[in-house]
Amino acid sequence: MVFLKKKMRSKFFLFIIILIFIIIFLIFYKGLTNYSIYTPKINIENDIPVFSANIFDSDLQVSSKELFDPKKSYLLNIWSSWCVPCRDEHALLMDLSKDEKVNLIGLNYKDRLNNAKNYLNELGNPYSKILVDETGTIAIEWGAFGVPETFLIYENKVIKKYIGPLNQQFLIEIKSLIK
Amino acid sequence: MNYFKIIFFFFILLNSNELKADNEDLKNQITKNLRCLICQGQSVYDSDSEFANSLKVTVEEKLNDGFSEEQIYLFLKDKYGQWILYDPELNINTYILWLLPILLFLIGGAIIFKSFIFTKK
Repeated sequence: MVFLKKKMRSKFFLFIIILIFIIIFLIFYKGLTNYSIYTPKINIENDIPVFSANIFDSDLQVSSKELFDPKKSYLLNIWSSWCVPCRDEHALLMDLSKDEKVNLIGLNYKDRLNNAKNYLNELGNPYSKILVDETGTIAIEWGAFGVPETFLIYENKVIKKYIGPLNQQFLIEIKSLIK
Repeated sequence: MNYFKIIFFFFILLNSNELKADNEDLKNQITKNLRCLICQGQSVYDSDSEFANSLKVTVEEKLNDGFSEEQIYLFLKDKYGQWILYDPELNINTYILWLLPILLFLIGGAIIFKSFIFTKK
């Protein structure tokens, strides 16, 4: 009788240990696909920054005041030829560029001119204007984390900010916001 | 006369070096206080990500423009929020963080004090 009890107890413990391992495994496995960057919710002042930048493939400089007309809405997209997710969202940007209400402005982030040109030749150029950000400091002025990132601007204010590549859902949202 | 020139040259060289090193020190001090937002657990100083490198350049530019340390923190707080600073200020969101240690210290002290009195009796 005592022997049987002991056996049952050890079986019970084995069961518990296996259960704990399974739970731990599931937690870690789920954690693998989680987006691991934590950012607390914040209200950031949303006026567009004051800056000046070179225009892509030219010697001209443009300031933010000249670039953004307060009466229009703009979509600023930070991209780079070395950025893989940018390729995913490029088709959506091409789609957006067909809409006349949208002024797409590109910010070429830490890129080489030749690579950027090849990228645009290969996939098409959705942007009405492209600015160059060689050091990444202009992206910092915008409060950006990296590439790709998209800002929806209306009346010189950032209404919406999309970190990471755009998807179909964002596209619908952008189109409805612009209307 | 030539000796003078050489001494003067070295004097300028050493002085300008010092000036630059000063700025570098301040830059390092500032970037150590900034959280790298895309490589968490690291400061901007420690990280070599694109984001951190851009921030280092930005801090350097701001220092050259005559910004003070406080002004740079304020500028970055405006862009990225409080979260980018490693040293949080006391406000509605962080009061628990600041007051809990003091509270725990007081409660702990009270418990020790009470047990001490009980054992004495």
